[in-house]
Amino acid sequence: MTAEDEKLRKLLHQRFDSVLEEPIPARMHLRSPAWIDYARVAAIFVAGLGIGLAVPLLRPAPPKAPPAAQAQPMPALAARAHYVYTREKRHAVEVEAADQEHLVTWLSRRLDVPLKVPVLAKEGYALMGGRLLPGTDAPVAQFMYEDASQRRLTLYVVGKKHKQPVTAFRFIQEGLVNVFYWVDPECAYAISGEIDRNELARVANVVYKQLEGE
Amino acid sequence: MDYQLIVPYIPNLRRYARALVGDREGADDLVQDTLERAVRKFHLWRPGDLRAWLFSIMHNVFVNQLKARKVAYEVEMDEIAAPMSSVTSTDLMDLDRALSAISPDQREVVLLIALEDMTYAEVGRALGIPIGTVMSRLSRGREKLRRLMEGETPRSALRIIQ
Repeated sequence: MTAEDEKLRKLLHQRFDSVLEEPIPARMHLRSPAWIDYARVAAIFVAGLGIGLAVPLLRPAPPKAPPAAQAQPMPALAARAHYVYTREKRHAVEVEAADQEHLVTWLSRRLDVPLKVPVLAKEGYALMGGRLLPGTDAPVAQFMYEDASQRRLTLYVVGKKHKQPVTAFRFIQEGLVNVFYWVDPECAYAISGEIDRNELARVANVVYKQLEGE
Repeated sequence: MDYQLIVPYIPNLRRYARALVGDREGADDLVQDTLERAVRKFHLWRPGDLRAWLFSIMHNVFVNQLKARKVAYEVEMDEIAAPMSSVTSTDLMDLDRALSAISPDQREVVLLIALEDMTYAEVGRALGIPIGTVMSRLSRGREKLRRLMEGETPRSALRIIQ
């Protein structure tokens, strides 16, 4: 590569590298291929039955429609929310941990349940803050933690109006994201991280104990 | 099919598309179409170089878009000629104009090498062309970009597109 080629290369990086830092538009996320396939099957089936009214509701979304998040199980939504927001540099949280009192009051009010924020300092994770998210049947709170090497965990909490069946401690893997979750009569919880399953299990157990008051 | 495997490549696809197409909206449309196609064709992907596979899909989508927009594209080229001949502005604006004035074939090769640090072989696979063609498009593309940025009007590019 000549010096001139190198100069051009640098110029191109200088001009376009900022795109790498831009948040990924929502329409590029959360697109569940399974959902698209099911919707297509459903559309063909319904059209076949000739139920004309139902067709517009069930046919596959046009390419630019916002991704449909319905019919996703809670831990999968938690994993996706984790994936989206932990990649944010400047806007990872809506309210920072410095305002923790306000954060907890605000989210408790919106979720209609008194929230507790687990302390994970012993596990090496510090609270960064949190945000409010829409959920399928109730508002959701997401708390984000970060360790010294900037690995992030998120705790996803669905408040009182959740319609999830009560579930003991469970694990799923959604793409790169590992998730432990459980549901009690009051809230549904999911803790997500792109870390080793055993390490996440250790942290998740601490969270579980702190939240379930053992 | 695991869409999550593709997600980490989205920022790179977007950067490349922005440089390739020029405007944000058009570039993100290209990325979106690429992602949708990748999801539909994912069963065809054999574990290997996922990045090259995604860029090859983007190449196909881009070529199809160019065919569909050929007329609009030529009009755009005419419009570019006027500001180019006037006084130069910053390097970066010159870069944008110069990029949009070289042929799409050359632009693809120059950008994949410069932004993605692809090898000639990887570019060849992504674009479906032999390595010799990669090298010749690269040197002609770089040369033309440099000349355009030094203030030459993009007449030669017009001829190529027609």
